[in-house]
Amino acid sequence: MDHAQPAVAHDKYYVPHGSPWPFFGSVTLFILMVGAVMTLESGGIGQYVLGLGFLLLFGLFFGWFGTVIKENQAGIFNMQVDRSFRMGMSWFIFSEVMFFAAFFGALFYARQLALPWLSGEGAKHLTSVILWHDFEGGWPSNGPAHLGPSGSGSTFETIPALGVPLINTALLLTSGVTLTVAHHALRAGHRSVLKVFLALTFLLGFLFVFLQAREYHEAYTELGLTLSTGIYGSTFFMLTGFHGFHVTIGALMLLIIWLRTMNGHFTPQRHFAFEGVAWYWHFVDVVWLGLYIFVYWL
Amino acid sequence: MKTVSTNNVSADRHDDHKPSGIGRWLFATNHKDIGTMYLVFSCIMFFIGGAMALAIRAELFRPGMQFFDPGFYNQMVTNHALVMIFGAVMPAFVGLANWMIPLQIGAPDMALPRMNNYSFWILPFAFTLLLGSLFTPSGGPAGGWTMYPPLSLQSGNSFPMMIFAVHLMGASSIMGAINVIVTILNMRAPGMSLLKLPLFCWTWLITAYLLIAVMPVLAGAVTMLLTDHYFGTSFFNPAGGGDPVMFQHIFWFFGHPEVYILILPAFGIVSEIIPTFSRKPMFGYDAMVYATASIAFLSFIVWAHHMFTVGMPLAGQMFFMMSTMLIAVPTGVKVFNWTTTMWKGSLSFEPPMLFALAFLFLFTIGGFSGLMLAIVPADYQYQDTYFVVAHFHYVLVPGAIFAIMAAVYYWLPKWTGTMYDMTLAKWHFWVSTVSVNVLFFPQHFLGLAGMPRRIPDYNVQFTDWNMVSSVGGFVFGFSQLVFVWVIIKAVRGGPPASAKVWDADMPGLEWSVPSPAPYHSFDTPPDVH
Repeated sequence: MDHAQPAVAHDKYYVPHGSPWPFFGSVTLFILMVGAVMTLESGGIGQYVLGLGFLLLFGLFFGWFGTVIKENQAGIFNMQVDRSFRMGMSWFIFSEVMFFAAFFGALFYARQLALPWLSGEGAKHLTSVILWHDFEGGWPSNGPAHLGPSGSGSTFETIPALGVPLINTALLLTSGVTLTVAHHALRAGHRSVLKVFLALTFLLGFLFVFLQAREYHEAYTELGLTLSTGIYGSTFFMLTGFHGFHVTIGALMLLIIWLRTMNGHFTPQRHFAFEGVAWYWHFVDVVWLGLYIFVYWL
Repeated sequence: MKTVSTNNVSADRHDDHKPSGIGRWLFATNHKDIGTMYLVFSCIMFFIGGAMALAIRAELFRPGMQFFDPGFYNQMVTNHALVMIFGAVMPAFVGLANWMIPLQIGAPDMALPRMNNYSFWILPFAFTLLLGSLFTPSGGPAGGWTMYPPLSLQSGNSFPMMIFAVHLMGASSIMGAINVIVTILNMRAPGMSLLKLPLFCWTWLITAYLLIAVMPVLAGAVTMLLTDHYFGTSFFNPAGGGDPVMFQHIFWFFGHPEVYILILPAFGIVSEIIPTFSRKPMFGYDAMVYATASIAFLSFIVWAHHMFTVGMPLAGQMFFMMSTMLIAVPTGVKVFNWTTTMWKGSLSFEPPMLFALAFLFLFTIGGFSGLMLAIVPADYQYQDTYFVVAHFHYVLVPGAIFAIMAAVYYWLPKWTGTMYDMTLAKWHFWVSTVSVNVLFFPQHFLGLAGMPRRIPDYNVQFTDWNMVSSVGGFVFGFSQLVFVWVIIKAVRGGPPASAKVWDADMPGLEWSVPSPAPYHSFDTPPDVH
């Protein structure tokens, strides 16, 4: 409006160009969802549609983020834009926390309320008498019908907390430390330390995913523990599965940050992408601690 | 598209030059363009959802089956709710937020303009998926918008379409909400402290917080439905140790804050309009802010009042009854503050004020019936009757939707630069307000007499009030065409509106820019006094 008025507290406002990526992204999501619906309902051609959706999704990430990185390297973002990015990322992580909260809520509800009620506790005595009079409740449980991969009457074993899960805990906690070392190195301008410790971080992340995948394999082939193993299998695989998925995404993000570091991106003062990924990684770490305590240990 | 900018490197378009062609809309980053798209989309969805409502009212005009089979009736009930909540009311509020928040806080645009466009363009695709499910061999989702298992798990091909549509709507809402929060927290003009923020921004700030907190929970709940249906999980299957009631708990943990998501921005709108047309500043501004925050906090601990009859421990019923009644306190603060703002004011009754006043009275009726429903022993009688339908339609139609219409009538001259046809708008108001009461008030009687909701047929003793209600429904439905006509007329031209638009001394920054508001509102931060 008033061009003569000098801005005091802010730089001049920044408003970006129009961009094809959001619309492209909406079409992508639509194709992805249609593909998923077709795959679930009839299989066949749906898998190709789903595959196309994922392909486009990668295109979206490369295109959209690539544009933003280019703009950032050209130095056209002011501090206000930087702050917007930071706030946006932290609120996004809050939404992720709430997503996990839904599944933790399901776990607590099943353990503390649903299973005791099914075994006749509280005011639910009749449930026990009429429907499931042999059912004792307790945890771990695959329910009164003992659902599992071989139908009802299945038995299963759980993964002991002191085995690979403990190693995985150590891996993730260590990766948190290496990431912090890398961050300090970035701020102090020690680029070589930064590169090494950032690489260590995502390698630890991928190692975690690898060990987790081996655990899943063991659970499916030897322990009788699958997604269909009653409420234990449901909560176990949905919680650890979504977590593992987030670790994979986080490790990929770390990898990209590392590649950008190798290309000389980021300065000691300005490195939002690095910090955003670091927050995300610590979030994934904290979720794991919750998982370790409530899913594996207690 | 390209403009030569000589005096700065950071902003590439800062004059009033609009991009041309379809690209302006598909690739939009301008908050006003995106806001307009949201509002137009919401209007289309309002009429689609409204057509479904009229189908329901036509079927219910007489006892016995008239037009549809019961399955199709259930599809109408389910989709009417999903379309109106996620397609009409929420996008309308986001559209208003897009248009007005940057103008009100002195910002050039939303903080994250591209994500803004993303969150809009997801919506048409989400609703294509949802409404497309109506044309599948098994028909659309018919288990109610609450998607309770095991019923919802028995839907046909429409089941995954509904689930993924809800995922998309959730993604859109979360991105929209992040944008609103970041815009308000980061883009305010210097000097605009939080307690100088217009109340519309305040209510939206808190609404956005609620959205980010609960939309992911809904995503989690429907994901569990999906895995129960296709991947053999037992979240809601007692045989495997799960519990269908657990879905209701998770769903309403989302659902109750969602109710406030649908009404808090309406509170904000009314808090803008009543002071303007009373020519007095808002009475108890700070109290309004704290009341909004209290309502938001309480919304997280009242969810089980939607499910008193499913069987829960007495202590649970007591807790949720008391916490629900507590909400009446901050809500009462708001109603008293609006009333007190008008006290000894110099009132005038232009269309926005008329709608705001109708909101004040009719929303309060909905609030009181809510208080009745909160009483556990009484709720055993009311649960799943038309009384519940009357209750939430009172808070949503003459509540949320009247507030949206009030907002459109309030800010339309700022958007188009022209004054709309006041006479026609007043006609729209009076016909709507009378017919909406004819439509919904008899439903209280029907519910108290025991007529169940979501059933296409009913006992003959309910006939009279159902006929009255249906007549009200058709009059209300068709009178909304007047609303569209007023808007179209104003967009095509009319007497020019001044920058202030209304004959009152309003502090809001949106009145400091000319009407229509320039394509880029503020290039440099304005002064706030």
